[in-house]
Amino acid sequence: MSSAARETKKQVAEIGEKYKYGFVTDIEMERAPRGLTQDTVRYISAKKGEPQWMLDWRLGAFERWQQMKEPNWARVHYQKIDYQNAYYYAAPKNTPLKQSLDEVDPKLLETYKKLGIPLHEQMALAGVAVDAVFDSVSVATTFKAKLNEAGVIFCPISEAIRDHSDLVKKYLGTVVPVTDNFFATLNSAVFSDGTFVYVPKGVRCPMELSTYFRINASETGQFERTLIIADVGSYVSYLEGCTAPKRDENQLHAAVVELVALEGAEIKYSTVQNWYPGDENGLGGIYNFVTKRGDCRGDRSKISWTQVETGSAITWKYPSCILRGDDTVGEFYSIAIANNFQQADTGTKMIHLGKNTRSRIISKGISAGKANNTYRGLVSVHPKAANARNYTQCDSLLIGGKCGAHTVPYIEARNPTAKIEHEATTSKIAEDQLFYCLQRGIPQEEAVALIVNGFCKEVLQQLPMEFAVEAQKLVGISLEGSVG
Amino acid sequence: MLEIKDLHVAVGGKEILKGLTLAIAAGQVHAIMGPNGSGKSTLSYVLAGRAGYEITQGSIRYNGEDLNALAPEERAAKGVFLAMQYPVEIPGVTTLNFLKTALNAQRRARGESDLDAMSVLKLVRKKAAALKISEDMLKRALNVGFSGGEKKRLEILQMAMFVPKLAILDETDSGLDIDALKLVAEGVNALRAPDRAMVVITHYQRLLNFIVPDRIHVLAHGKIVAEGGKELAHELEAKGYEHLVGKAA
Ligand SMILES: Nc1ncnc2c1ncn2[C@@H]1O[C@H](COP(=O)(O)OP(=O)(O)OP(=O)(O)O)[C@@H](O)[C@H]1O
Ligand SMILES: [Mg+2]
Repeated sequence: MSSAARETKKQVAEIGEKYKYGFVTDIEMERAPRGLTQDTVRYISAKKGEPQWMLDWRLGAFERWQQMKEPNWARVHYQKIDYQNAYYYAAPKNTPLKQSLDEVDPKLLETYKKLGIPLHEQMALAGVAVDAVFDSVSVATTFKAKLNEAGVIFCPISEAIRDHSDLVKKYLGTVVPVTDNFFATLNSAVFSDGTFVYVPKGVRCPMELSTYFRINASETGQFERTLIIADVGSYVSYLEGCTAPKRDENQLHAAVVELVALEGAEIKYSTVQNWYPGDENGLGGIYNFVTKRGDCRGDRSKISWTQVETGSAITWKYPSCILRGDDTVGEFYSIAIANNFQQADTGTKMIHLGKNTRSRIISKGISAGKANNTYRGLVSVHPKAANARNYTQCDSLLIGGKCGAHTVPYIEARNPTAKIEHEATTSKIAEDQLFYCLQRGIPQEEAVALIVNGFCKEVLQQLPMEFAVEAQKLVGISLEGSVG
Repeated sequence: MLEIKDLHVAVGGKEILKGLTLAIAAGQVHAIMGPNGSGKSTLSYVLAGRAGYEITQGSIRYNGEDLNALAPEERAAKGVFLAMQYPVEIPGVTTLNFLKTALNAQRRARGESDLDAMSVLKLVRKKAAALKISEDMLKRALNVGFSGGEKKRLEILQMAMFVPKLAILDETDSGLDIDALKLVAEGVNALRAPDRAMVVITHYQRLLNFIVPDRIHVLAHGKIVAEGGKELAHELEAKGYEHLVGKAA
């Protein structure tokens, strides 16, 4: 082999290394016809065996969506999305409405194994129950029986719509209304699968719950919907992970997540988002337009968001807390990494409605390559929210001279007793820090990962232990090639 | 072990070292003294391979090998250690984690297997006790909020852990109280060995009472302007650099 050929081969191999989830599962798929019409909505609803009320809800959303305009206020730039040129439903063929683990296509089990998510319960991560969503359907949910004993419902939302209709009806769309925003309304019309969790009164969920989202089919959007309800005095910790194959096209992911915490309940929601970010030249990657919101509906309830956003070509995401009850607490811990041509516009909204409500925002933005990273956050204190407190800390780290970091805080205090603190810093990985590491024998990429992980420490500490190590590695991998 | 010949080094386009020649044999300890700004730290950075320190002329051989051809982390794995004049802070990275990462990176580069967390902890504890470095310091972020003396002691702890072949100590004695100075000197003396060489950069004869050098070099304006045995330090203490520097200029 000539040296040029060898070099090329090596480079190709390296590119393959960098995004190790970029493979495609070869499996026979079934899709809705291309494009988005009322018929598409009906097709999806029929596939899911939904009751009439659900179909009506979707059709209402679709009608509304047709009158809406795509928002353009975020600091992200992309080619106009042609909504009629995509698929809205794709599922492995022959997925029955309900299936046990033994019936799952071995190819799918293999896929999840490759992703590091074994679905057989005897091999699974101790203490973590998984719902695996592949394109538009949930293919497996583990540890259901064990959770059942505790009274916890953990199942695909499509199943909940059929089997726990009353709960879904009562809560769906109450945190993120159907008309909330362009992407949320689109999701309401065409959402395919996602996870439903209900934790009954006084129950501390006995294990971590997690959903693993995988986009596999090409030219297909993923529109998942997650609804988590923590009843009075209960506690649940939930984590979602996401990956997708490498493709030159951009794929749309528009999810909606709703959390409801009743009196004294606590929900901890963590995300490790590693959708395909596109290649070094900005080709391909997932458009991640997500609406996540939690409602601290009961007094003394608490909702905590932790996110590690390393993937996607574009991230548009503002997990928020409505602090409705008195003495409620909202938290947002975020790491957003943007490398190469990635664009991230992310942050949170803390809406203080109740008395003595407290919120805390810790955001760590890392930009490298030619990426742009924006923190956008709203802290709003309503007139009746006496003694509201907020603490916000936004730190940005720049690697190299061609990337950007932006901080856009919005503060509205309409009660004179509000106390709002905001701190922001921007720094670079200093040459002397790198040299110090190198001198002690730590190679460049490892040194960058070490320094960045140190920078993100406060957020990484918030992740459930089972996932913290993975997240740390991910931080290193997503910055590979960013220095030197 | 170390052979520097006619070394010229430029930083930011400005020549700082201007024809420096120096040789250190294995088993020896040499001291380098000289006025502020004479190029002592520059020399230490060049030996460690810091980016931006350009060798425009001359050569550095380390165990017969061209040192300049090696990346800084390769030099570290081959036993080059620099205790820095201004140790760097790395927020969020605990000292212990840093020590483990560095030790294992060096081991990996030498084809050795990683040490597990427990073994590293044992090793660190043993070395830390000798230097009176507290457990609490090991749990804090690297050098963040450490006092000047604590930072210097941590540099020596690292030297003790990595057991380098060529150790360069850039003003490790500055900012140390007399007890710490003795601890550091003990640490250095403990590492003296026939297969190891050390370069001690200092402004004070006091340190050289504890670490007795085989040879002293005086650096001024980027060149060695005087050399001698340990008695040279006393002379410098009494007369200053003026008369030597004058000669060179
Ligand atoms: N990036 C740079 N650009 C220009 N000049 C530099 C640069 N870095 C160092 N110098 C200069 O090089 C000279 C030597 O600096 P160096 O730090 O090596 O001195 P030193 O002998 O260690 O001094 P001290 O005893 O104060 O530690 C100084 O005059 C310094 O200002
Ligand atoms: Mg100096």
